[in-house]
Amino acid sequence: MTKSKLNLDKDKIAKARELSKQITAPVQKYIEKHTTVAIERTTLRMMGADGVDSIGVPIPNMVVDQIGDHICYGSAKYYINALLKKGLTPEELNIEIANGLDIAKIDFVDFSYIEEKAQELVGTFAAKVKANVAYRAEKVTRYKEKENAPLLYLIVATGNIYEDVKQAQAAAKQGADIIAVIRTTGQSLLDFVPFGPTTEGFGGTYATQENFKIMRKALDETGEEIGKYIRLVNYCSGLCMPEIAVMGALERLDMMLNDSMYGILFRDINMYRTFVDQKFSRMINSFAGIVINSGEDNYLTTSDAVEKAYTVTASQFINERFAYESGLPAKLMGLGHAFEMNPDIKNGFLLEMAQAQMAHEIFPEAPLKYMPPTKYMTGDIFKGLAMNTLFNFIAKSTNQGILLLGMLTEAIHTPFMQDRFLGVANAKYVLNNMADFSDDIEFKKDGIMQTRAKVVLDETIEFLEEINKTDLFNAIETKMFAEVSRPKNGGKGLSGVAEKAKDYYNPFYTYLENELNIVKKGN
Amino acid sequence: MMIRPYGDTLNDGAVQMSFTLPVAHSAKADEAAIIFGKKLGFKEVEVVHSNPLSDEFTFFVVYGKTEISIDYDKVVVEEVEKSLDFYGVNNFIKENIKRKIVVVGACSGTDAHTVGIDAIMNMKGFDQHYGLERYPMIEAFNLGAQVTNEDLIKKAVALKADAILISQIVTQKDVHIQNLTEFIELLEAEGLRSKMVVCAGGPRIGNKLALELGYDAGFGRGTYPENVASFIVEKMHERGVK
Repeated sequence: MTKSKLNLDKDKIAKARELSKQITAPVQKYIEKHTTVAIERTTLRMMGADGVDSIGVPIPNMVVDQIGDHICYGSAKYYINALLKKGLTPEELNIEIANGLDIAKIDFVDFSYIEEKAQELVGTFAAKVKANVAYRAEKVTRYKEKENAPLLYLIVATGNIYEDVKQAQAAAKQGADIIAVIRTTGQSLLDFVPFGPTTEGFGGTYATQENFKIMRKALDETGEEIGKYIRLVNYCSGLCMPEIAVMGALERLDMMLNDSMYGILFRDINMYRTFVDQKFSRMINSFAGIVINSGEDNYLTTSDAVEKAYTVTASQFINERFAYESGLPAKLMGLGHAFEMNPDIKNGFLLEMAQAQMAHEIFPEAPLKYMPPTKYMTGDIFKGLAMNTLFNFIAKSTNQGILLLGMLTEAIHTPFMQDRFLGVANAKYVLNNMADFSDDIEFKKDGIMQTRAKVVLDETIEFLEEINKTDLFNAIETKMFAEVSRPKNGGKGLSGVAEKAKDYYNPFYTYLENELNIVKKGN
Repeated sequence: MMIRPYGDTLNDGAVQMSFTLPVAHSAKADEAAIIFGKKLGFKEVEVVHSNPLSDEFTFFVVYGKTEISIDYDKVVVEEVEKSLDFYGVNNFIKENIKRKIVVVGACSGTDAHTVGIDAIMNMKGFDQHYGLERYPMIEAFNLGAQVTNEDLIKKAVALKADAILISQIVTQKDVHIQNLTEFIELLEAEGLRSKMVVCAGGPRIGNKLALELGYDAGFGRGTYPENVASFIVEKMHERGVK
């Protein structure tokens, strides 16, 4: 780790971590006692449930509907029982279910057979994901020197997966290390995952397993051609957090947007549902070696970057704690923040640099994800380019891990191909010209930046203390985050949460808990 | 007065352009960019920079001079009614209404499709346009789907709503017309109609239909949250709401 520039008080950082632990503890207890329709659908997918019926309903959704209230016992035993009773493979069973077989109505075999079969299915799933992890590790190691630091992240969003492929391959050739495929508007509010390749979307492309596969293949091809491992990103957020995570694990995605509270605050998804779902989702990400990206940048599109900087830092601490509780190591935590200072503020650059440096010093192992200016981008593309240069400057000089490239035409239209090129060219200029800048400078003692970081850390602790006093559920209800109130029983998806029965059975959840060394809170 | 673009000398007609052509980077590609510039009507076309974007695309920075000029005296601008943006709406409320306003929205009747009301109200909004929940000067309550007209009115009264938004996606057998009509009748029966700005929205709902049904406005396809917010605050101001 590089030497501290901000001279932050280590005891205060430890205190903030302790508070986050206390804040998330009651939530963890709730999580442990509950399952959701999304978790059960995920478990089914892990066993091989996939496909759709004649009207497009996904098999995992059909099975969960068949099981109904009995999801409190877990979906695994129903699906495994059907496999055994019918003597079918998952592929064959999926076809039977699509044709109308109700697996909830089949008499149960002796439970020992189910457990035995479960071990086999867990083994098959784990082997697939482990092979993906090994493949990625090999490629990343081999092509290490071609990577930019920070990794350059570009977005494509045409709505048509085949068009996305062309743009993504071009972006990779221009120098991007990471390609994200933005999802179509509103997908996060669907309580199912669409199926197959898709060519229509609004403002983005559906996240489907087939689309993941198509893009993965295309980026692997381009990667081999240019001698680089191109990372692929998609989004877990929404009502299908764990389901999309498992699709990402199977299709070797490398990063996934996965925030513990984003769905609640910005999508009005029920808080209980989100908390229960995010844990399993992050467990899967962790097992698959997928870097999560948290969504703190969203706070600053609502609130002022100077006044509310502490909400970003507080959310980073909370996201970190939830991530640890899901067995996710620090090196997979792409905690987020954004360059959203009003460009008219005197010394705004210094305040921003203090914030970015502080994030790096508090979370030294985390590949922090830094988001470009959006709020204050206008149609003045020339000023936009200048702002992006300052943004790149801070990203490099504070050792951010993931640099989401700014587009000079932000706020005008979805990027033209040349806009991405100009974004990459700008970043590469800064990254190369300032390669060792960070190592070569120190911050002035008690100067503007040190003072700013100290103030924000103090405000963060104060805020975390307030949350801890009332508890996280109440804090969200009483507008303490993002200036929006989300009632405990409001929002979407609460009906999909169920208290686990005493003999709830989920061999995949248990397997991941063991693999990831997750310690339960107990009731 | 005849005018044309100004580079460094009056009437030189200098214009800078940048664009991408779907061809590989080569001398031929540069020449193609020059020819394209000339076809646009420019003289002295110069490619000052070109760069490959991929094997199949090249980016150009091009300068040209135009001989086209326009008569500035004959330029007429039509005063278009412009919707306020996110900041404009919030400032308008601060300056004119001087308190936060309350907006209640729902997908009412039997309609279960919240995509429209979510696009307008959710924090995230859509297509980079923030939803009403994100407006600091608006208290937005999205009641979700299948809210009965009675419940919607009850909730609106309890929350002291300044405006009600009703989204109707399903329009089979004109179910939306019956539902929208019933709502307005109920609201009038309660004596609340004049106290609230009431808007309807949906892919098949236009302003004309909404006005006919007794609503203050209707918003169809392509509406952004700020269009709705803008209408509400200006209507409230027009009615002298404080």
